[in-house]
Amino acid sequence: MESPTPILEVINLTKRFGGLVAVDRVNMQVFPGEVVGLLGDNGAGKSTLVKMISGVYQPDEGQILFQGKELKLSNPMEALKLGIETIYQDLALAENLNVYANIFLGREKVKKVLGFINVLDRNYMLEESRRVLKQLDIEIPSLRNKIQKLSGGQRQAVAISRSIYWNAKFLIMDEPTAALGVAEQQKVLALVRTLKAQGVPVIIISHQLHDVFSVADRLVVMRRGRKVGERLTRETTPDEIVGLIVGSIRE
Amino acid sequence: MKSGLRRFLIRVGRNWALLFLILMLTYFSIFGLGFFSLKNYQNILVASTTTLMLAAGETFVIITGGIDLSVGYVMGAATVIAALVMRDLYNSGVSESLSILLGCLAGLFSGIIPGSINGFLIARLKVPPFIATLGMFGVAHGAGLILSGGFPVVNLPPSLGFIGNGYIFYYLPEKGFSFLQRPEMERTEVRNLVGIIPIPAVIAAIVLIIFGFILAQTRFGQHTYAIGGNVDAALRAGISVSRHLMIIYIISSMFAALGGVLYVLRFTTGSSLAGEARMLDSIAAVVIGGASLFGGTGNLKGTVIGTLIIATLETGLVILGVQPFYQFFAVGIIIIIAVLIDQFFPEMIYEDES
Repeated sequence: MESPTPILEVINLTKRFGGLVAVDRVNMQVFPGEVVGLLGDNGAGKSTLVKMISGVYQPDEGQILFQGKELKLSNPMEALKLGIETIYQDLALAENLNVYANIFLGREKVKKVLGFINVLDRNYMLEESRRVLKQLDIEIPSLRNKIQKLSGGQRQAVAISRSIYWNAKFLIMDEPTAALGVAEQQKVLALVRTLKAQGVPVIIISHQLHDVFSVADRLVVMRRGRKVGERLTRETTPDEIVGLIVGSIRE
Repeated sequence: MKSGLRRFLIRVGRNWALLFLILMLTYFSIFGLGFFSLKNYQNILVASTTTLMLAAGETFVIITGGIDLSVGYVMGAATVIAALVMRDLYNSGVSESLSILLGCLAGLFSGIIPGSINGFLIARLKVPPFIATLGMFGVAHGAGLILSGGFPVVNLPPSLGFIGNGYIFYYLPEKGFSFLQRPEMERTEVRNLVGIIPIPAVIAAIVLIIFGFILAQTRFGQHTYAIGGNVDAALRAGISVSRHLMIIYIISSMFAALGGVLYVLRFTTGSSLAGEARMLDSIAAVVIGGASLFGGTGNLKGTVIGTLIIATLETGLVILGVQPFYQFFAVGIIIIIAVLIDQFFPEMIYEDES
């Protein structure tokens, strides 16, 4: 199932904070339409690794190749412009605005009135938002609802639709199900499967092994800053992965 | 709860300020001798233009989650600047209308300076708005006093008051309507003259409609709400937050300065203390109008209602013969009620709108 060219490749990526080596010569690849689960205990370096990919941190050594070209990101906005989107736990949504206003935040569609006044084109934004939510099989009662009134899973869905609408080429999800109830977790996981079916590659970080096993094609395990194992999901078991995470199984 | 009843209660809750204003107007009109007259209503409107201008600018600031404490003295300094320019130009032989025009422009644009400084401190140097504008509160107060020498600026061009105290239409029983100009009349007829639609109220209305539109219908307005709702989300969405905040504080100061210009046009004098008493009223008006001091909510319609509530209360209590001290008491209680409604019934305010 792996096509020959990875959409994202990190080579010998290293990040140090003072004397601590947070990420130590990690190699990893993500192929188009693939969901990769990134696993590890607290402090294993998962978040630091993805933050280098999303431009929050700059690597000390190593390379990141995105679509075959080397990435030199100095801030998260540059990553966003290239289509590398991160869905954070504390979602970057304005709770006082409604669903479509959030999907279009910062890139609002305007129309001209009287030939020279730019006015928000609410109908266009509403319809386009409805379209992208439908494309991702997301149900939200009213797109005029303020984010405040939505559940955690619905908010997650809005954040994801927003990145998809703006042509995300690569999604990073950091603990997307952590703050959610069980039913909501299932919806978010279903959404990840939809994204995969539509060819969007995803890196998903989660502590919930069960979640990761249910959506990921491949699992990468980190321990103390190093990559300690990589398995195809269908060829491994939760026990083996736990062993890699805690260090009782060594390669 | 039945959905019909619930919807009704939500509607009442969301519009409580407007309903309260209507109730109050009705009450005073019935029980206050002389309250129910065109003249009195127009007086209330004109008297509230000062607070209205301060509060309009404050609305933008409060929606972003900030506060501008300097508006009262910025307005005062603007009246001094406008009055000084008018006086000196007129005394040095410039024509009356040109002196007045240049004085108004000088007063209005003087607002750019304190606004830019507030904006720079808050947006670039990350000084908390409360502190930055408290500093400007002192600076503008001092600047107004220094420029005026501590006295009101008087001896302004003689026809200055015609605009600020003028009306769009005049009606004299024997002579009918006239537009913008008072009809020719005997001294004894003056008391029968009725002015209709005061000019300061028209200027205020035009500005408020333009800025209400900007806030509700444009990208700029949308970004103002987004910054107040979640500044991180705004940043991540690529909104230039610091530039936006600069503009917001300039808008606030320029509204204050416009309030100052209208003051000079009405009272034909400039005084550094002109806006002093109205500063807290303006913040109260915004809060009564439904804005949260945490940012993210509020609109100019609410602010207009809030301002009118305060102005109606003041006039109404005076007409009823209540000691003026009770005004403060009453306004204070209304502010507390407004904040409690915001706190305990947020769904009334946050219910879906377009």
